[in-house]
Amino acid sequence: MEKRETAKLCIDQTGYTTRISKRYAQRVPYAPPVPGRITTFIPGTVLEVLVKAGDTVTEGQDIVIIEAMKMKNRLKSHVAGKVLSVNIKAGDRVPKGVLLVEIG
Amino acid sequence: MALEKKIRELKERREKILLGGGEEAIEKQKSMGKNTARERILAILDEGSFCEYDMFVEHDARDFGMDKKHLPSDGVVIGTGAVDGNPVAIFAQDFTVAGGSLGLMHSRKITKIMDHALKMRIPLIGINDSGGARIQEGVNSLAGYGEIFFRNTISSGVIPQISVILGPCAGGAVYSPALTDFVFVVENISKMFITGPEVIKTVLGEEISMEDLGGARVHCEITGNAHFFAVSEAECFSQIKKLISLIPRNNEVKAKPILAAQPDNRYNIENIVPGDATMPYDVKDVIRAVADSSDFFEVQEMWARNMVIGFGRLGGKTVGFVANQPMEMAGVLDVDSSDKAARFIRYCDAFNVPLVTLVDLPGYLPGVDQEHAGVIRHGAKLLYAYSEATVPKLTVIIRKAYGGGYIAMSSRHLRADFVFAWPGAEIAVMGPEGAANIIFRKEITTAADPDEMRRQKVDEYREKFANPYVAASRGYVDAVIEPSETRKMLLHALEVSEDKYVQMPKKKHGIPPF
Repeated sequence: MEKRETAKLCIDQTGYTTRISKRYAQRVPYAPPVPGRITTFIPGTVLEVLVKAGDTVTEGQDIVIIEAMKMKNRLKSHVAGKVLSVNIKAGDRVPKGVLLVEIG
Repeated sequence: MALEKKIRELKERREKILLGGGEEAIEKQKSMGKNTARERILAILDEGSFCEYDMFVEHDARDFGMDKKHLPSDGVVIGTGAVDGNPVAIFAQDFTVAGGSLGLMHSRKITKIMDHALKMRIPLIGINDSGGARIQEGVNSLAGYGEIFFRNTISSGVIPQISVILGPCAGGAVYSPALTDFVFVVENISKMFITGPEVIKTVLGEEISMEDLGGARVHCEITGNAHFFAVSEAECFSQIKKLISLIPRNNEVKAKPILAAQPDNRYNIENIVPGDATMPYDVKDVIRAVADSSDFFEVQEMWARNMVIGFGRLGGKTVGFVANQPMEMAGVLDVDSSDKAARFIRYCDAFNVPLVTLVDLPGYLPGVDQEHAGVIRHGAKLLYAYSEATVPKLTVIIRKAYGGGYIAMSSRHLRADFVFAWPGAEIAVMGPEGAANIIFRKEITTAADPDEMRRQKVDEYREKFANPYVAASRGYVDAVIEPSETRKMLLHALEVSEDKYVQMPKKKHGIPPF
């Protein structure tokens, strides 16, 4: 057997001694979506930030405009509330899945 | 004499064309560790067997200054030859000529040899080394790709189609290899992607090198697009020859048998598998312990390692092995391993290669990522492929065969022809721990000493159900055999199923969960 570390993989309450694949080891644990967190669904460039921390926003209000694949995407708030934090500014290039604005 | 002069002229014409894109371009090709198109063909084929066609084909594009460009053989070499005496059709794109770009005549040469291969029922080997579409020829080059894809599809399951990626193969061009049966790649030479690093950077702002995006290792380890990995062209060519020697030349014949040979006695089948079902071992050692000369030619070795697939011989005849690998991820079924096995099973079925399945798995891999990645759809492919396969299906249950995994791995219920189980086999709905905790939940939780009660109940379940005899008592297992009897039983089973004939209901085609 070639040398590679083994670990326990638990299936149906039984621990199996085996090698763990890279993909499995690096999988991102599931987190339920939080409606107040505005994140990028595609990598792109921030064109415009339409709110600032402390602003009161309504459900459906435009929060950020992201340019990606030559399209301007308006990211809207799914909740009404207060802007807790703004983590980007216009001109930023952002990868996918980044938290842009938090509304609480 | 006039004829002599004409022969001299032919020789001169040939010589000029054999230089491809010229010495400078050849030197550049060499500096990248790459051979030229014709060198590659000659290296794969038997000495003196190559016959080249369409050497004098030229493009007649007129736009963008193409009328002044002379492209020898239009950047692709086609012909027929033999690999270990087996006839094959072959084409190789010539990167030294206009970057191996695909124009109308280039594509017509490829489709011509594809048509030949299909008509003559011989394998097709395609060597890809091309910058992509010849932009100057516009929609004609797109038409060319389409004609190739169509033929790839029509030939699928009729003749073996082998793609060798020895250079860039980008954009739409990658779909021809993707439609073929086996893709060979070489480290630092092969590059396959739909959109390259440049586009990805401009559009998405992500930076990545060509090698990291679509190099040989990526396609062998991550995407599963490639089947054979080599570190040099020479190694790649010997892999191609080995594969050709193992598979039949078309779907109406069987692979050529060779003389039977005993396995190497280095592999003692009695000592490979630990009794404790939670302990790992290398299932390839079990394959080597039963296969002729202990020779196992693995397919997709680096991808979805929890499932092992590949070719070997039993009694001189080619078989396809499919085996769970307890050493990797406990041998679970998941999205990738189901995909991997299902496609291989369909290959074997299409080309009359009997299937030998070795079973030792705890079931399906639990997890949100698996469920969301579609383990239902992908897992179903395995059921589909086994059920649909009409080649001889021989199954050996080595150790665990739990739950849905038991059903999926070529069980009697999917019409395995012979199911053998080793005495240590545990054929049950799940492992003893899991089962006891469900069945005896009340007894365990209400006991004075729950841990002791759990231990008792787990032992009780193990004693009663974690064995091959419950399944054997229903006829789901045909014979419980000693590990040392495995080869003998498989050889016999193959012999009696030599002329297996199954009639399937009439249909145009099924609808597998693609």
